[in-house]
Amino acid sequence: MKYIDEYRDAGVARRLAAEISRRVSRSWVLMEICGGQTHTLMRYGIDELLPPQIELVHGPGCPVCVTPLEVLDKAIEIASLPDVTLVSYGDMLRVPGSRTDLFHVKANGGDVRVAYSPMEALKIARAHPERRVVFLGIGFETTAPANGMAVWQGAREGLRNFSMLASHLLVPPAIRMLLESPGNRVQGFIAPGHVCTVMGYREYAELSRRYRVPIVVGGFEPVDLLEAISMLVAQLEEGRTVAENQYARSVTYEGNRPAQAIMEKVFEVCDRKWRGIGPIPNSGLRFRREFAAYDAEQVFGVANETAEEPAECLSAQVLQGLKKPVDCPAFATRCTPATPLGAPMVSAEGACAAYYHYRRRPRAATGDSCRGAWPCAPTRTVTGGSK
Amino acid sequence: MCLAIPGKILDTEERDGTRTARVEFGGITRRVHLDFVPEAEVGDYVIVHVGFALSRLNAEEAERTFQLLEQLGVLEGEELNSAANGSSPENDRQE
Repeated sequence: MKYIDEYRDAGVARRLAAEISRRVSRSWVLMEICGGQTHTLMRYGIDELLPPQIELVHGPGCPVCVTPLEVLDKAIEIASLPDVTLVSYGDMLRVPGSRTDLFHVKANGGDVRVAYSPMEALKIARAHPERRVVFLGIGFETTAPANGMAVWQGAREGLRNFSMLASHLLVPPAIRMLLESPGNRVQGFIAPGHVCTVMGYREYAELSRRYRVPIVVGGFEPVDLLEAISMLVAQLEEGRTVAENQYARSVTYEGNRPAQAIMEKVFEVCDRKWRGIGPIPNSGLRFRREFAAYDAEQVFGVANETAEEPAECLSAQVLQGLKKPVDCPAFATRCTPATPLGAPMVSAEGACAAYYHYRRRPRAATGDSCRGAWPCAPTRTVTGGSK
Repeated sequence: MCLAIPGKILDTEERDGTRTARVEFGGITRRVHLDFVPEAEVGDYVIVHVGFALSRLNAEEAERTFQLLEQLGVLEGEELNSAANGSSPENDRQE
């Protein structure tokens, strides 16, 4: 597949890793923000391919993981109503709420459906005027335009039985929070390529200037991430701190204007709580007043509910790059993808789930990082795979 | 969650007042909304997320990446994967 295979080329990856090794003269701590990038790094063993001076820590960029607990509780409450059809992205069904999860609501007879796109929820609403159809609209800037478009379209058609339980989060305020944290160790960031496909990277250039930290917008394939790491190491070694764009085949400085326009029409910036992290100022989106009739929080009167997060899950520190998933005493014992304590173990992009799937054997036990897998295997390109 | 994958536009069609396309992802075809990439045409590759195309892939920029790698010597002595120089038919494998 064009635009995928060449970015999984094992030979290119090996040489990029060698280039990074040649260039690095001291230790650097880098963070990839996006959970999709975490997944690629773990799946392809890129962390083990890098010289020991490069430490990768994993950021809070898994929307499923950081969607506040109370949003889950509200979704569960709404989905339990007899006249409601709750439509959700599949990842959200097994994320634990305070007492149960959406999967159990479905098992107990609730009408909970999985959709690939928010537009499918609109279709269900059109076809079933007797049902109140609610879409659980979560995500970062990547997903907000699609969710916003569903609401915009619903309003245009005058659909009265459709609403959205929306919880959208914005990435740059979270990076600012990390950089201002006294415990911050991160010296360079890989910015999320699909968030930036929508938003451009002007905000990241401002962060880079203000905090004197290099930021490289990165793609999602192994060669993308190795090139982004190579660009960060080059900046750090040369004492430069600018925003650069590795993922230029998809990302422009200004981003996608039509997508930004629909977000601005439907949503406005607000303070938001992040699961495992807490409140971050101006880090989310809420409906503009004109769209109140489509805001499920208002339609179902659940706007003011709050929830306390369980204390035994270390996800707060994992999501801020302060701890690795394997540092958690519950990791792979009391907390597994089948019985998760926290969201990072549920989502395919959660750091804990990525470590669970790809890193359960101790690194030292194998003696070397090449286990006959990519990129050490003789085949030059890896496609297909475990997903 | 922010998973978005590249696919090729096979044809376009107006549906429910918006422009949509049939997009092929290595053998799998899906209907995709083009509201955010009005400039996209048949034959273009687009990055698709939750049923919406978010960008039209820039072939020149994609090539530039491999040119830069070549300058760095990263590709030296190893032939480029055929897809990178655009000369091969697509294969059907996909994630």
